[in-house]
Amino acid sequence: MAHVAPAEAHAGHELSFWRKYIFSQDHKVIGIQYAFTSMFMAVLGGLLAMFIRLQLGWPGRSWPILGNLFPGGMPDGQVSQAFYLAAVTMHGTIMIFFVLTTLLTGGFGNFLIPLMIGARDMAFPFLNMLSYWLYPPAIIVLLASFFVSGGAAGGGWTAYPPLSAVPQAAPGSGLGQTLWLISLALLIVAFLFGSLNYITTVLQLRARGLSMLRLPLTIWGLFVTAILSLLAFPVLLAAAIMLLFDRLGGTSFFVPAGLLVGSVPVDHAGGNPLLWQHLFWFLGHPEVYVLILPPMGMISDILANNARKPIFGYRFMVGSIVAIAFLSFLVWGHHMYTSGMHPLLGTAFMTTTLVIAVPSAIKTFNWLATLWRARIRFTSAMLFALGFLSLFVTGGLTGIVLAQPPVDIYFQDTFFVVAHFHFVMASAAIFASFAGTYYWFPKMFGRMMNERLGKWHFWLTFVGIYATFFPMHYAGFMGMMRRIYSPQIYAHLQGLQPLNVFVSIAAFVLFAAQFIFLYNFFRSLFRGPQAERNPWRATTLEWEAPSPPPHLNWGETLPTVQRWAYDYSPPDMAEDFQPQAAPAAVPTGRSREGRGDGGHAR
Amino acid sequence: MPTNDTTSGTRRSAALLGIALALLIVAAVVTTLAARSRWWLPPLASAQGRSIDQLFIATFGIISVAFVLVHGLLALFVWLYRDRGQRASYWHENRALELTYTIIPAIVMTGLTLSAAGLWSRIHSAPPPQALVVEVRGEQFGWKARYPGPDGKFGRIDARHYNARENPWALDPADPAAQDDLVLDISTTGELHLVVDRPVEVRIRSKDVLHSFFVPAFRVKQDAVPGMVTSIWFTPTKTGPYEIACAELCGLLHYIMRGKVVVQTQEEYDAWLAQTRS
Repeated sequence: MAHVAPAEAHAGHELSFWRKYIFSQDHKVIGIQYAFTSMFMAVLGGLLAMFIRLQLGWPGRSWPILGNLFPGGMPDGQVSQAFYLAAVTMHGTIMIFFVLTTLLTGGFGNFLIPLMIGARDMAFPFLNMLSYWLYPPAIIVLLASFFVSGGAAGGGWTAYPPLSAVPQAAPGSGLGQTLWLISLALLIVAFLFGSLNYITTVLQLRARGLSMLRLPLTIWGLFVTAILSLLAFPVLLAAAIMLLFDRLGGTSFFVPAGLLVGSVPVDHAGGNPLLWQHLFWFLGHPEVYVLILPPMGMISDILANNARKPIFGYRFMVGSIVAIAFLSFLVWGHHMYTSGMHPLLGTAFMTTTLVIAVPSAIKTFNWLATLWRARIRFTSAMLFALGFLSLFVTGGLTGIVLAQPPVDIYFQDTFFVVAHFHFVMASAAIFASFAGTYYWFPKMFGRMMNERLGKWHFWLTFVGIYATFFPMHYAGFMGMMRRIYSPQIYAHLQGLQPLNVFVSIAAFVLFAAQFIFLYNFFRSLFRGPQAERNPWRATTLEWEAPSPPPHLNWGETLPTVQRWAYDYSPPDMAEDFQPQAAPAAVPTGRSREGRGDGGHAR
Repeated sequence: MPTNDTTSGTRRSAALLGIALALLIVAAVVTTLAARSRWWLPPLASAQGRSIDQLFIATFGIISVAFVLVHGLLALFVWLYRDRGQRASYWHENRALELTYTIIPAIVMTGLTLSAAGLWSRIHSAPPPQALVVEVRGEQFGWKARYPGPDGKFGRIDARHYNARENPWALDPADPAAQDDLVLDISTTGELHLVVDRPVEVRIRSKDVLHSFFVPAFRVKQDAVPGMVTSIWFTPTKTGPYEIACAELCGLLHYIMRGKVVVQTQEEYDAWLAQTRS
């Protein structure tokens, strides 16, 4: 099945520096490029959140030193109103599209898919390179928008028209919004190239013996995510182009007649703002699952490996990934219960949304069952995987509250929603990314990360996440609206300030703790101890390749798969794991009583 | 055999994580109890709001049980099954168990769906015939209200007739029904007047971009959408002043876009209406 002849793999021709590291077609290099770029964007996105928290914690207070550092955003030492909205908008845009989507699919997806399925590379290496090289231009366009007249887009990451369609409606609705749309369009094309590649690769290039139902769940998560992306992102691309036409070409897809912005009539007629909401959320909701299905898969593999136990209910796990993905196309309207959409649609969307709780519950209890009677190693990767489980449950459960339209009437657009998605989607996906980094770093770079720093990082991040986002539920109970510059003038929000101060301080600690990770990451890159081929004693194929794997991954022969991905602690074996590619086991003659040293026989 | 070093490391991590998860349960319960007196839903002032709050509390109870159950099991398992040199069990399939935690959530979700669907359809049923009808309009960055004149009819609106000072609602002068409409700025000088225990239908418009008519005390939120008239009805149950907020990002000063509501007895309302019209 190898699409590259092994002979070529060993031709030994040296690639130039540019072909090897910059315009590389090697999936591993592209994955690492995606990961590094995403890390840079994550620091930026996190920094923007700090501005939001600075403002919400101490509205009206001036910080002259920061004012000198950021004269654009904090002219008199205070976050300006326009910059606050730009920070809210760009924090969401960057974290969702430019960090989590790129890191999970572009980073982990690129690096892991060929290695975990025993392929030499992606099906379309050139397309893969193009996919990455659309990402930096998208970033440049996005970041340039901070420096144009009016500043960056300030209409929220959802960019609801008419605010986003009529330039005079807000400072950020000028050139900033146009650049936002162009940037997003570029990035969507990158995602589409990537998705095509991942789907084809998984379907066509699996090693001999690796049937679909022997795939590790990481690959299932990434594969189904690629299908979701391929079906959902074109809808947002179309919507973004339509909105660009409304802004620049005089069309009226989203702008109705009779608008008066600042007492000046707007020259549009015939559009409907709700059309954008339908199109946006037709992508927007599957997008949430683009950010959570790969983590679900990665977590399953990391839990099984560190519990030294097969994943519980493999078939139900695969089935629930597919079910969640399918349902994710039928729930977009739950973002629109109060939008003016017909109430009957609200009932329909509530039903499909609450159905998703069932496959989600299956996954949660299957993970718990995986831990039952296990032998748990608390590596940094495992701690983050267990943290994911907690965050996913905490955030998922509040989704049951929001799914019910009558209750959502009150909670829609409040901080309860902010708390909900930061737990279930943002923090959970970040935790899985950390778990995946600690786990696969040895394979990516041939070195080990520091476990002690990893544990400090885990504890500060786990406590920091709960301290930051849990109190936001209470702000939501009080009815604090999202995206407001200050809650101080509202009668119903009096008494909220101590809570906001606490949240802001927790957020600063959380942000600072991430530098432990960055330090550990970059230090280990150069100084970490050499990694073995299979340091975690794992079963899946990527651990058959050297650490780091060479160009085209495998030597003369591709691995052949003998069994499923979860043969941990199989009975009648001295070892406590049996790799997928290991030749059929020769019974050792030892009975199951021969346990104890089983895991350390090597 | 594992060395003593890794055993003690495992034991410490397991203990820390088990305790942290147990503390998380305690913290969640304690802060929620503490929040009830300080950071809770604002005092209720509508009939629909009571049903909404009841459904919320019921749901909150259900998810709290699930939260405690999952975190309790997680804490227990990380402690019990830490690496002590034992061999993990090769146990990965149990159809009965999996069906159990498929069916129980399915039943709970069905119950929630049915009760929420019933309440939702009551909230969006046709307003009772005796309901007061008022119009509210959102604009950057305030709220305006309109009451029909003695004819009980709202006059036609046409943006071409807009004049910020003389005709802020853009009423069509050619429409006789528009002549007697009562127009108020409920963000600055005026208030939206409602009658206690009398249902009110609020029809919501927008002049420019999206807004959302949000009255926390009534548990009412409905977007104002340009080009459409949305509506919601409810029954205020307590007299007094309340606040309208805008819950949909509408531009630079979104955060100051608020309005005033006052709920009065029918007599007070009638007196106010007569005085304002004259």
